[in-house]
Amino acid sequence: MSGNLAQNFGRVDYLMALPVILLTLFALGILLLDLMLPAQWKRVNAFTALGGILFSASGIVKIQLALNAAGLPGESAFLNSIVVDRFTIYFWYLFLAGAAISILMSMRYLEIEHENHGEFYSLLLFSVVGMMCMAAGFDVVLIFIGLELMAISTYVLVGFLRTDRRSNEAALKYLLLGAFSSGIFAYGLSLFYGLTGSTSLLGIRSGLVRLAASHPDHVDPVAVIALLTVATGLFFKIAAIPFHQWLPDAYEGAPTSVTGFMSVAVKAAAWAMLLRIFIWGLYPLRTVYVPLLIFVSILTMTGANLAALTQSNLKRLLAYSSIAHVGYMLLGLVALASVTYPAPAFFDGFKGILLYLLVYTFMNLGAFGVIASLRQRNVIGDEMDDIAGLYFRAPTEAVLMLIFLLSLAGIPPLAGFYGKYFIFLSLIESGHYVLASLAVLYAVFGLYYYMRIANQMFMREALDKTLLPISAGMRLALGVTAFATVYIGIFPEQFIRIVNWSLGIAQTASVATLVR
Amino acid sequence: MHNHILSIILFTPLAGALLLIFVPKESKDAIRWIANIVALAGLLVSVPLVPWFWAQRFEPGFKFMEGAPNNWIPSIGAGYVLGIDGISFLLIMLTTLLGWVSILSSWTAIENRVKEYYIWFLVLQTGMLGVFMALDFFLFFVFWEAMLVPMYLLIGIWGGPRKLYAAIKFFLYTLFGSVLMLLAVLFLYFYNFHQTGQYTFSIQALYKTAPLIFHDPAYGSTFAILLFLAFFLAFAIKVPMFPFHTWLPDAHVEAPTAGSVILAGVLLKMGTYGFVRFSLPFFPDVVMHPKVRGWMIFLSIVGIIYGALVSLMQKDMKKLVAYSSVSHLGFCTLGIFALNPAGLSGSVLQQINHGISTGALFLIVGILYERRHTREISEYGGISNVMPVYATITMIMFLSSMGLPLLNGFVGEFTILQGTFMENWKWAAWAVPGVILAAAYLLWLYQRVFFGTVTNPKNEKLHDLTPRELLTFAPLVIVAFWIGLYPKPFFQILEQPVNQIVYTVRGKDYPGLQPGVQSVNAAIRPADDAGNAAAVQTALNQSKGTK
Repeated sequence: MSGNLAQNFGRVDYLMALPVILLTLFALGILLLDLMLPAQWKRVNAFTALGGILFSASGIVKIQLALNAAGLPGESAFLNSIVVDRFTIYFWYLFLAGAAISILMSMRYLEIEHENHGEFYSLLLFSVVGMMCMAAGFDVVLIFIGLELMAISTYVLVGFLRTDRRSNEAALKYLLLGAFSSGIFAYGLSLFYGLTGSTSLLGIRSGLVRLAASHPDHVDPVAVIALLTVATGLFFKIAAIPFHQWLPDAYEGAPTSVTGFMSVAVKAAAWAMLLRIFIWGLYPLRTVYVPLLIFVSILTMTGANLAALTQSNLKRLLAYSSIAHVGYMLLGLVALASVTYPAPAFFDGFKGILLYLLVYTFMNLGAFGVIASLRQRNVIGDEMDDIAGLYFRAPTEAVLMLIFLLSLAGIPPLAGFYGKYFIFLSLIESGHYVLASLAVLYAVFGLYYYMRIANQMFMREALDKTLLPISAGMRLALGVTAFATVYIGIFPEQFIRIVNWSLGIAQTASVATLVR
Repeated sequence: MHNHILSIILFTPLAGALLLIFVPKESKDAIRWIANIVALAGLLVSVPLVPWFWAQRFEPGFKFMEGAPNNWIPSIGAGYVLGIDGISFLLIMLTTLLGWVSILSSWTAIENRVKEYYIWFLVLQTGMLGVFMALDFFLFFVFWEAMLVPMYLLIGIWGGPRKLYAAIKFFLYTLFGSVLMLLAVLFLYFYNFHQTGQYTFSIQALYKTAPLIFHDPAYGSTFAILLFLAFFLAFAIKVPMFPFHTWLPDAHVEAPTAGSVILAGVLLKMGTYGFVRFSLPFFPDVVMHPKVRGWMIFLSIVGIIYGALVSLMQKDMKKLVAYSSVSHLGFCTLGIFALNPAGLSGSVLQQINHGISTGALFLIVGILYERRHTREISEYGGISNVMPVYATITMIMFLSSMGLPLLNGFVGEFTILQGTFMENWKWAAWAVPGVILAAAYLLWLYQRVFFGTVTNPKNEKLHDLTPRELLTFAPLVIVAFWIGLYPKPFFQILEQPVNQIVYTVRGKDYPGLQPGVQSVNAAIRPADDAGNAAAVQTALNQSKGTK
């Protein structure tokens, strides 16, 4: 039986999965290679992983060339369980970029921690494989499998510092809450399957439309329960308040480079999944989920911004700030779901989220990179005091950190401004004036806690006056992220075009790929 | 050169800052020389603007336009568009002049982290110039926000004992105002799209559609008033108008001397400039709404009186000067919302005057502070015996600040009061005590610090101004006398843009200001004096013909 099924898959199917397959092979290869490497050669693993990312990226390029040659905006494969459209490709590149920068930041960090094992890079790649399935998945079963692959790899990465209590505690908490939320999520998906008889997002969508047509006066209560459970699972994954408790602990305990990775790539993957499900699958239920999203986004912005004000641990502070950013991105979803499809707010809200994730990848990874470089032989380096007087110890890093912080606060002309810009614009376009005012006021709160870090770096004396050694890999990673943050800020045009392209706006007038 | 003069002026300081990055931080004197040369160059490149602008001062519209709408970020509709009219021309000249003066004044005042200091100062200079030049709201907003960062660092690193508090307060307050303004302008941008089908932040495009909101049944007057208030909040905090002024004493007192000079001289003007450039033309019907206008006038008058009264009882010289700014800027906003040619042009001129005289006052306080490291008034007395040159210059600048005839302050305040009087004599009557109180707090300060015998032995050996310090005051004194004795060129430069704005806001009351109908000195003369205007017009045409 399975043999017959496999024969049904042709060249196209395997081409569409090529980046995922390549990355899996490299992840397995690292495990084998690691066994043969002597201890002083462990760096080779990192370069192998980077090579895998390059190969995977070239696989994406191959897909793009094939799609362009055929004149198609996207292609489905494996019986419609994955769809490689521009949305997918956009996210794939994003994951790979996030992973590559994280690897550069990890190399020296792991050596200091004496945990320089090949498994680290292998797990990282596996986690990216899971993410790629989440972004490409068009069938809830595949999405769920991708989610679990990503999550399980990340649980291990969080607990990678075996001798560190905080790391172990964080991993366990993350595992328990993650498993719990996955259960709720799967339960909701099963309800949708029962309701519509399909596991495909398209099938769920048409089932919901049929359901609404059969009794137009009210929404099916089972559908509401299903929506609530699925939404709860998704809110757990993106860490929206009140489902955020795992995140500060996990971020604090995890190795800093893993925290950086989680805050950008894992978050982006959760967002890709959330957008796929909410916009492609559950769009007919949008009148139900918009009030829910408004409620959660207000709660998220309020809670996270207030909590961040009083943090004294840098990683926890950035953890709460990343929750706050989720609140802003949810507003983009509110705007796009509260208008009918071709309205400007739909596209601007969508653009806002995608652009936000792009710029966030660079600026947040950069900020975590600077914190990771504070880790020394005998300094953990994640308290406010550890960054005090950074300007005197490593002036370049301090200035770069200032750039990242200002960008996170959304000060123009830095990259972070444009994510917020599109989200605020979409809110104005969809008439959510009060929500928009609330959001911009919370941005002022944000500035306060980011500037607390800047105060420490520039306006206090260093407790430890020695110069801070920065490894070459870290220099490269910080250089890339800082350059991207500034460059996107000053010349955002091409990046907005890329986002437009991924939504199918720029080249073709038709947006058929978007909501199909 | 002619076509790119604004870009050259704008980016000269930034280029200098980039150059300074490559100078090793140990060679402090080299850094100081380079920074001063760059600042002087920044002033010199703006000088050619004077004759060029003078030649076309009566021509309508923006001059020296650069760039095109939507050329920077076409997907958004943001453009790198620069251009100036008489109002921004004067403010730009003030900025380049004060930038040079304050960098020159920092030579001995800043001893640690010299390199950073000059880099941030030059970056700040570019940010401020950009605010006055941008004709695209997106570009304007970028400069408006980006400029906060160097100022924040200048206060926070080189400031006084409570510098951290003052720096963050300054940053948060100003950001708080401007984020709501961002939302309001996003609405205008979206509304413009609705009306014209085009997404653009071009100010000239928004000028055409923004006023329509007031009469649009879909939104209505209340909505337009809310939009106006969002802009108002941003600008009122910056000016600062009472009761949004509480950041100002902290920031001014804690900032290093040069920072205070720039803060008072230029940064506050961004608020008043914003009112003139955006609030009035975007919302003409709102500003003429009796309630809105009444509140604006009321807050201005309260600011004038309150600022003066608080100045009167300060023990710290710098704080006194800081509060006097609240009072003086109250006059500026009073003139703006008097909304006639006299009030508005007086207001802009007074903004320049305030930059000159209050900038000088902060330098004066800074000089004593550098010698004695205290600003307590009670620590001084009889200073004129030991520092006679200093005392003379101080007297000139005090008189200028309090508005004595023959000096610049008088011309500005008089014109503002004249314009206000033409609208409602009661408004003017309430504002006049501000002038008297200014004389009181300044002369009392002078008496306590300079007159009498030297009571405090620490003051006996103070040395008088060095040539460098004298050089910082020279241009300010010259300009103060120039505006005081012969303000006509300034009013001529302001005439066209001021008339344009007044006509936009209340064309019905001032039909004579219609573009194309030129008149000289309309600022001082009521608008209905048409016969005189015609005579001057012919004279003007003749003078143009002879060129």
